[in-house]
Amino acid sequence: MNLILFTFIVLLGFTSYYFGRKKAYTIQSTKKRLTALPQFYGYYLAIWCAIPAFIIFSLWAIFEPTIVKLLILSDYSNQGYLDDELNLIYEKTKALSRGQFTGEITPFIEASAEKYLSLRSIAQSSKVVIVLSAIISSVAYAYKRISSNSRTREPVEKFLNAVLFTASLAAILTTVGIVFSLIFQTIDFFKVIPLFDFVFGTHWYPAKAFVRDSSEALDPTMYSDTFGAVPIFAGTFFIAFIAMCVAIPIGLMSGIYLAEYASTKVRQYAKPLIEILAGIPTVVYGFFAALTVGPFLKELGTLMGLEVSAESALAAGGVMGIMIIPFISSLSDDVITSVPQSLRDGSYAMGATKSETIKRVIFPAALPGIVGSILLGVSRAIGETMIVVMASGLAANLTLNPLESTSTITAQIVVILIGDQAFGDPKTQAAFALGMSLFLVTLCLNIVALRVVKKYREKYE
Amino acid sequence: MNKNKEQLLNKRYKAEQRFRLYGLSAIFMALLFLTIFIFKIFSTGYSAFQKTWLIVPVTFDAELMMLDQNPSKEDLQDADYYDIALKSMADLDPNANEDQENELKRMVSYFFEKEIKNELLNDPYLIGKTKEVYLTASDDLDQVFKGNYPRDLPEDQRRVSDYQLKIFDQLVANGKVESKFNISFFTNADSREAELAGIASSFMGSIFSILVCLMIAFPVAVLAAIYLEEFAPKNRFTDFIEVNINNLAAVPSIVFGLLGLGVLLAIFQLPRSTPLVGGITLSLMTLPTIIIAARASLKAVPPSIREAALAMGASRMQTTMHHTVPLSMPGTLSGTIIGLAQALGETAPLILIGMVAFVNTIPGSPMDPAASLPVQIYIWAESAERGFVEKVSACIMVLLGFLIMMNLFAQIIRHKFEKKWS
Repeated sequence: MNLILFTFIVLLGFTSYYFGRKKAYTIQSTKKRLTALPQFYGYYLAIWCAIPAFIIFSLWAIFEPTIVKLLILSDYSNQGYLDDELNLIYEKTKALSRGQFTGEITPFIEASAEKYLSLRSIAQSSKVVIVLSAIISSVAYAYKRISSNSRTREPVEKFLNAVLFTASLAAILTTVGIVFSLIFQTIDFFKVIPLFDFVFGTHWYPAKAFVRDSSEALDPTMYSDTFGAVPIFAGTFFIAFIAMCVAIPIGLMSGIYLAEYASTKVRQYAKPLIEILAGIPTVVYGFFAALTVGPFLKELGTLMGLEVSAESALAAGGVMGIMIIPFISSLSDDVITSVPQSLRDGSYAMGATKSETIKRVIFPAALPGIVGSILLGVSRAIGETMIVVMASGLAANLTLNPLESTSTITAQIVVILIGDQAFGDPKTQAAFALGMSLFLVTLCLNIVALRVVKKYREKYE
Repeated sequence: MNKNKEQLLNKRYKAEQRFRLYGLSAIFMALLFLTIFIFKIFSTGYSAFQKTWLIVPVTFDAELMMLDQNPSKEDLQDADYYDIALKSMADLDPNANEDQENELKRMVSYFFEKEIKNELLNDPYLIGKTKEVYLTASDDLDQVFKGNYPRDLPEDQRRVSDYQLKIFDQLVANGKVESKFNISFFTNADSREAELAGIASSFMGSIFSILVCLMIAFPVAVLAAIYLEEFAPKNRFTDFIEVNINNLAAVPSIVFGLLGLGVLLAIFQLPRSTPLVGGITLSLMTLPTIIIAARASLKAVPPSIREAALAMGASRMQTTMHHTVPLSMPGTLSGTIIGLAQALGETAPLILIGMVAFVNTIPGSPMDPAASLPVQIYIWAESAERGFVEKVSACIMVLLGFLIMMNLFAQIIRHKFEKKWS
């Protein structure tokens, strides 16, 4: 129904565009000068068609459900129902009217369902009438208004400008949405679990919180020593550290080689090839780490007489390092190439070799940019999920042995939220609290890194 | 004195060569990883494109199927095929006892009854006759035939018994085992049985998610980029928008999953596990990527174009919409495709909004529950059965194929249509 109405409105929009333009041509034919191109008259009318439709549609979407609900539940007032029970009755009514109700059908609810259906059909038809009459009257008003000396280009362009501005707010809305979705659950979580226990506790065992009858009241003492995030934070930074131990030397050296030594031909082929590594989905890396690298390290360990877990931090961190190589290599390559040639020439003129120039002159000059690229790499390592979920353990051990398994913030979020979640459960809220800490940590890293890189760019541009 | 100098110089030259070697070996290592990686995926995955069939003679005995003399189409539909299916498997070894008959039955997929039924429905005149029918081999035998299954393990550690292997070897010797291209891998939905599992449902899920993502992210991102690059006044607020966009581009993907869960599912009550929610979540994630690409390509349009249009009397909006934006489109489009390729490979946010549910139907719209290709990889990789390992690799090959195609397409658009200003 809505789709038909929508198509009809779009058609009306096109028709009003056509009429607007036609009127402009008529004015033109009387040898009067137009103030704008004829199609602007068309756009002007089309906008007059779209705006009322849009406003009424959104108002309807906001208010219709509430009003229908009020009308339905007015039958049940003065019967001493609680709010929750009223909500339940309303949900039952809706389910029954869709034919999806499976419970016991009481005559009351059946009557409500019929009323609900009739209200909905009244609402639908009145919506059609109101929308169409609003459109027609506004278009007719605008059609009468346009004449040879009325302005049409300016309002149309103002409207477009407003649309563009609204679109640019999407980024802010997303950020607000992220903060909004995280913060309420996080606050609820810290109402049950003290912040101190979360930040300094050393035992992470959220499964314990799950073994609870949902009818029981929340008992904070039950959760003591369950949500201590230290092992997880430690695991996250530990795995990120291992990853950076792989990625920084290889990424930085290949960045330097590509920027300073490689011939244009080598560069032309090697650079995109290395960047393929960045385009491979992380779930594929996770599979590779779990299937190949983990068992390989375990066998290697047994050969050397070491106890290596099949899901070791080393396997996950190492593969994550490979994934980060291209980020560091291409960013440091960019940074090094933007160091002015005069610095190199000066150093060569003093008799320095190429490597001495790189180490003593170019590297210090490019250092801020390189640090920025490394920080971005760290932020990516901390936020990486699938490799850890698939290749490292899910039990949160507090360990600094790379051969044992550890867990990370991201892996714990996935473990907690996979399958069905009950909102309001401390376990689910714990995942959002972890998400919040992840967001804050990566946000700080990103802001610092982007600042550093930007400052550096400004210096040499 | 002179000798000392020469030694020093030699040392410096050696250091130079060492440094160069470090750089070269770093590149070599990175490319080595890439090669190992691709080799490993291909060597485990290529065999999944073949499927093993057992050719078993089936006697279509009307009595066993409880059919009358002249059965109608409906009768054939409703007939009992289990008994003849069981019997034809048991007939492979006339001396089999009851346990062994059971083992014989487990040499083919549980789908064998239906395969026999389809055979008869295609040719109703088979009643009373015997015909050799192709039956899907069980995933364990499939792996044995492909040589992926270690036969020298002790029997109690194997999922295939010695007896099954004996019969299987007889069939192989008689030429009754055949390997054909695995069409069902592309047409079947997911299944708990490795030999029947396919990528059709996750593939459609991916396509729907990407379409939703494209329809939301592309218009919003392009409009936002136009505003920021062409119209926005330079003030604190627009700076704030810019900082926001740059930060969003580096926010971990799992946080977007939490956003989808906490806002789209919990507040807006959109249906769980659907490509619609997945697509919206992914679109928020790709938005900054596309905005940044679109801005860069708008910036690359030289000011002379704008000045020329303005000098001809065009308004700023006309200049932008008629000249700047069309000229920037190739760059914007290739940035969009690259952003979509990223979204196609994304797994973690989709897991959080429930697209990991086991779906054994092929979704017909974005509102039906579905998985996506990367999530399918995750689901299969977590399954213990050996038959799924090659499926995972094959699914990865399909996914990588798509990513490569999208990236190539982006390159082509960029090189073919982008104007070089100099």
